[in-house]
Amino acid sequence: MKNTQIEHPIECEAPNEQVKSESFTSNLKYAIVGTIFGIVFVKAEIISWFRIQEMFRLQSFFMYGVIGTAVVVGMILVFLIKKLNIKTLDGEKVVLHDKTFNKGQIYGGLIFGLGWAITGACPGPLFAQIGSGFLAVFVTFLSALAGTWTYGYLRNKLPH
Amino acid sequence: MLELIRQPWHWAFAGVLIGLTVPTLLLIGNKSFGISSSLRHICAACLPANIPFFKYDWKKEAWNLFFVFGVLLGGFIATNFLSNPNPIVVNPATVQDLKALGITDFNHLMPQDLFSVENIFTIKGLIFFVIGGFMVGFGTRYAGGCTSGHAIMGISNLQVPSIIATCCFMIGGFMMTNFFLPLIFKLF
Repeated sequence: MKNTQIEHPIECEAPNEQVKSESFTSNLKYAIVGTIFGIVFVKAEIISWFRIQEMFRLQSFFMYGVIGTAVVVGMILVFLIKKLNIKTLDGEKVVLHDKTFNKGQIYGGLIFGLGWAITGACPGPLFAQIGSGFLAVFVTFLSALAGTWTYGYLRNKLPH
Repeated sequence: MLELIRQPWHWAFAGVLIGLTVPTLLLIGNKSFGISSSLRHICAACLPANIPFFKYDWKKEAWNLFFVFGVLLGGFIATNFLSNPNPIVVNPATVQDLKALGITDFNHLMPQDLFSVENIFTIKGLIFFVIGGFMVGFGTRYAGGCTSGHAIMGISNLQVPSIIATCCFMIGGFMMTNFFLPLIFKLF
């Protein structure tokens, strides 16, 4: 199948590159992958505020082990997908994007890091914490939405 | 078997499963892994307010919303049906440091001293939920990704900007934990 150029929302880090459009039922497979992901987050206690504290106090190898292993596995498989030109289930060519550097990665990265150590959550664990019944985290989630919205609102005035 | 699942999972097992998410999403639907974009899609769906950054066809990116709904559901399933009956094991050095800051609950994944509903309308809630959450949402979007989009997906694809972003996440985290948190806890 030939790929056509897909237009994207500006700088989306997780774009949909599939040419074939997807129905509600077709989208359910992402919910299943997400569910497994959420179970891993809770069962490996990655959503724990304590694990994040251990990591940033250099008192446990655990989170470094998790992220390091994930990166190595991801790296090898992305390499193989590219090298062997493995196609998607629908026979499309896998599209990967090169990221361009801008100062946002530094300023935004620092701001996120500061927030990560307070909340004990990056966006993924945020959802898993709410699912685990830590209802107060719903406030964190709403506030994260407000932060994202504020970034969109101020985007042109911020240094990039 | 269930006994084994109920125990806390080893970091290597979790790491492999998280790493496998990258090729899985690429191969089942040509999707690059990244979670923080879900926050942007929700903004675009609910309150675009004519802001150019939120004016795009979010429905085309709906897979991401299905994914995060799954993460929430997975959290529910793991906690209600597969949970470890024993308290979380935290490194004694960390316990000691956190006790010195005033944390007393080491039995849950999140300390009840901070992450309880009663704290929502207190100064603790303002810092740990409202300000912390705002920084997570603002910072990830400003950086163009979070731990999943940059640290895992980006570095898997050998992207230098993702390595820079990940270093900055870590620097921010170290600064907060070791310099600012002790000051913040003086407020309570």
